[in-house]
Amino acid sequence: MIKNPVSAFDDTTDFTAVERRLGVSRRTFLKFCTGVAASFGLGPSAALAMAKAIASPQRPPVIWLHGQECTGPTESLLRSEQPSFEHLILDLISLDYHQTLDAGAGHRVEEIKREAIQQHKGKYLLVIEGAIPLAQNGIFCKIGGQTMMDATTEAAEHAAAIVAFGSCASWGGVQSAAPNPTGAVGAPQFLKGKTVVTIPGCPPNPANFLGTVLYFVTYGKLPPIDDKGRPKWAYGRLIHENCYRRPHFDAGRFATQFGDEGHRQGWCLYKLGCKGPETYNNCPSLEYNNVGGGVWPIGVGHPCFGCSEQGTGFHKPMFSLSEVKTHTPPNAFPNIGDRQNPSSSTVAAAVAVAGAAVGALLGATAVAGKKLDNASGTTSTDKGA
Amino acid sequence: MDRRSFFKASLGGAAAAVASTAVQARPNREPAPEAVGMLFDSTLCVGCKACVSKCKEVNAMPPVPMGQDTHADFALDLSAQTLNVIKIYTEGKVAVKDALADGFAFEKRSCMHCVDPGCVSVCPVTALTRHPLTGIVNYNKDVCIGCRTCMTGCPYNVPQYEYNSAFGQIRKCEMCNQKGVERIDKGLMTGCAEACPTGATLFGSRTALLEEAKRRMALKPGEIYNYPRGDVRKPGSYHEKEVPAYQPKVWGEKEAGGTNVLHLSAVPYDKLGMPPLGERSFASISEGVQSTLYSYLALPAIALGGLTWVVKRNTENAESGQEGGKE
Amino acid sequence: MSHHYEALEDRKILTPFFLLMVAIAAFGTIFLIIRFVAGMGSVANLSGGYPWGIWVIYDIVVGTAFACGGYALAITVYLFNKGKYHPLIRPALLTSLLGYGFAAFGAFVDMGRYWNAYNMFLPWQMNTHAVMLEVGLCVAAYVMVLAIEFSPAVLEWLRKQTGWQVRADAWRAKLDKLLFFFIALGILLPTMHQSSLGSFMIAMGYKIHPLWQTLHFQPVLAVLSAFTMGFAIVIFEGSMVTNGFNRHPETHLFSGLGKIIRGLIAAFLVIRFGYLIVAGKVGAMFAFDLGCLMFWIETALFVYPLVVLSSEEKRGNGKHLLYAAVSLLLAGALYRFDAYLITYNPGPGYSYFPAFPELIMTVATVATEIAVFLFIIKKFPVLPRDTHAAA
Repeated sequence: MIKNPVSAFDDTTDFTAVERRLGVSRRTFLKFCTGVAASFGLGPSAALAMAKAIASPQRPPVIWLHGQECTGPTESLLRSEQPSFEHLILDLISLDYHQTLDAGAGHRVEEIKREAIQQHKGKYLLVIEGAIPLAQNGIFCKIGGQTMMDATTEAAEHAAAIVAFGSCASWGGVQSAAPNPTGAVGAPQFLKGKTVVTIPGCPPNPANFLGTVLYFVTYGKLPPIDDKGRPKWAYGRLIHENCYRRPHFDAGRFATQFGDEGHRQGWCLYKLGCKGPETYNNCPSLEYNNVGGGVWPIGVGHPCFGCSEQGTGFHKPMFSLSEVKTHTPPNAFPNIGDRQNPSSSTVAAAVAVAGAAVGALLGATAVAGKKLDNASGTTSTDKGA
Repeated sequence: MDRRSFFKASLGGAAAAVASTAVQARPNREPAPEAVGMLFDSTLCVGCKACVSKCKEVNAMPPVPMGQDTHADFALDLSAQTLNVIKIYTEGKVAVKDALADGFAFEKRSCMHCVDPGCVSVCPVTALTRHPLTGIVNYNKDVCIGCRTCMTGCPYNVPQYEYNSAFGQIRKCEMCNQKGVERIDKGLMTGCAEACPTGATLFGSRTALLEEAKRRMALKPGEIYNYPRGDVRKPGSYHEKEVPAYQPKVWGEKEAGGTNVLHLSAVPYDKLGMPPLGERSFASISEGVQSTLYSYLALPAIALGGLTWVVKRNTENAESGQEGGKE
Repeated sequence: MSHHYEALEDRKILTPFFLLMVAIAAFGTIFLIIRFVAGMGSVANLSGGYPWGIWVIYDIVVGTAFACGGYALAITVYLFNKGKYHPLIRPALLTSLLGYGFAAFGAFVDMGRYWNAYNMFLPWQMNTHAVMLEVGLCVAAYVMVLAIEFSPAVLEWLRKQTGWQVRADAWRAKLDKLLFFFIALGILLPTMHQSSLGSFMIAMGYKIHPLWQTLHFQPVLAVLSAFTMGFAIVIFEGSMVTNGFNRHPETHLFSGLGKIIRGLIAAFLVIRFGYLIVAGKVGAMFAFDLGCLMFWIETALFVYPLVVLSSEEKRGNGKHLLYAAVSLLLAGALYRFDAYLITYNPGPGYSYFPAFPELIMTVATVATEIAVFLFIIKKFPVLPRDTHAAA
């Protein structure tokens, strides 16, 4: 067993190249990898594998498409730190095409994209950011004269893996809200039949994206995902389940309006419309962008908006009550017929006593009856007197 | 007429007399003039059990552990340390809320505060009383003899005796208005209604709650309704929700004379453990029989007079040597 | 009138059987102490749905019905003036006194807040609509009445003690002048509370199985069956004493009682079946469930003595009389057990079966009664003089 992951790396791996490339110390780098691995619930050996994968000079090519969106996912990714995430991302992967970050522009860049697709057929990672409008043949979103629909189909065909980053790409996001004039949908809805890993959130937590990509780079496959394509390690639990305001919910202490006594005391925000009880995300444990200090909606006193949950964020009124999913079966509730009966271990003994008592009565009756039967002949003289 | 047939005839006559006069001797009691109550709408309940916690807090009762496990309240039903409990109806796949098949529905069990309370009717020492104004069924441990007849007379099995104490008492919900708590007198609402985040437990006057319940039932399923929370007469807040397909009756409007705590549900009430009750309260029938037989002790006094006369005559006969002479 | 009765003074008191009864009583006392120290839950299986277990249902509801011998005979002798049964009265009164005394004791043990019991006697605290109040007051009064009714036996014993004869005779004379009133009370009070033991079931409503829930007829059925049980216990106890002490049987007297019982059973069955049929509960009689099964067992136990006692020949036979009486006792007991416990249904999920200590305490109560009974008949003139032995 490796007790200290950092020292375990020292003799076996040469990280000098990575130190130079990323501009971070070896120690910081290994610490980061261990942290990422730990956030998957993986052990130090996985951290080592991850570190090796990152240190490898062969970086997987990435093609990054933008659809209908605000570029929030990219922006949040750029602002991640410790170590500076953008360095890591740019050096970990070979970002062949990214409309926001590419220095170049115009036909040349579009050509590079097509070349990359041809060159890395079946090997590249496709990241989709933003929704895909389907109405009127998708004319609401065009890049270089190509609709988002076509661009997505083209890039998805030979992709080794597809990641939908952000709520827009995951399920349509804000533009899919009623009346949805552009017919916006998410990548999984558009790319039916293909496996799309979704990292919903508005904006999504960069750690969830990074962790998923590192997993892919390390193991060459995608992490376990749920039926909506979300990595289970990040979206396996409701916000409500790990929320640190949860004890207030259980005790019935609710803030009823902004600024009231309960709100100032940090009580549960459910009554204010918190969507934590129906939103799957790891916000309560990760908070946001490593800022710390409770920086995430519920942490700063605003009810969760359900940004990452399809059918909740941008769909339900902000202050309407959410459906409490943890309090639905199979959560423990007594059934209608369950009672607080005394637990008795002496029933067998009691049955024996009851049997003995009735037996004694009947036995005595039989004995007396026999005697009386014999005696009756002599004493019936007074009968009917 | 020989003695036996006389005996039989008199018994039969007495039975018939008792039966016929007692049938309508007392109708159900009417709701108290300022009856307060609660409306529990099963379809709004999310099962958060905040009401259970609040109830325990108000009544200073400990959670019910499950074996060694003490981290949460595992109360299965009402008991001497649980006056309010959320239970669940489940069927099949337990997937759809408020559906009869493959569904589930929540039920809040606590005192229903009957309009014609069985417990009050059967209590020999008036330890249980119906408040003349609010209709709240209160308990006085200082006169209670612990006979537990109230438990047999309650159609909902609400009163609970502390079996595990040498000096146990009956415990039941007193709508947070028991001595030392008096939330209603202070103008507050019940703990459970205050804690309820969805308005599933709504506090108010019985009249207002009945109106609210009927308003909900009159809506079409699928419509959006603004559900009040807290006190129905002055709601603290509202929230919007689709109207479910309610059962066509409010439980507690008429059942066994009605209750001050009303229930609404989308699944049939018997699935939520409601007992088979008609409109006539058993308390009224029982009291009818008792008051027919014992009103002002008239019948017993007449009977005693007659018996004394007959016995005196017969014992005098016996003394004058005629004992057993008749047959 | 002391020539009617005799004490079995020549019999040993400390027989093996007596000691067995005392041992059982002592065993029960251990649990009795636990009940008062640690609460009822430590010895009984009572719950929210079954607040009344075997203590109430056996010790009080069934026990007082078993103790109706004094009541039944008082009616026969004093109301219907059948003086020939007079010799049976004292043992019957003693059984009644013990039965009611221990029922009162059982009620006290079962009472969760016994130190508040005095509230039943405070007029401003009484709920006159409550069946329990009526039962409580009546039973308390009747125990005192029974004690007075039985006191001639004690006074007869007392006058034989040195230096007491004059005083005992004076008291006896005073008592005899007033006794008629207590006898009348001794007829009225059991009628009242035995009927009330049926009335309890009205307020229990749906918890009582439809075949036992007869609403307005509960009091009549309860008092009728208590009557039959009262007569049956006179026969049973007489037969047991005859057998146990090798005395001459009183079959000639019991035979007459049998005729009365027959009429009472018939009345009971007619009212019960009549009600069930009129109330449209015939379906429940043939529902093939537990209630239906118990109903027919019970009915069979009622019908058996009816058939036996209708036969002139069998009515004259001690064995058949005893069997009929035991059948009737079981029938009456089962009628109460069925209604209050076996088919009692407070809703899904509740269950009750007495715990071992709970049952032992009831058995110990019965054992104590038997022991006290045996002691008293050997000390006081209770049993009718064994005329055949003298002849």
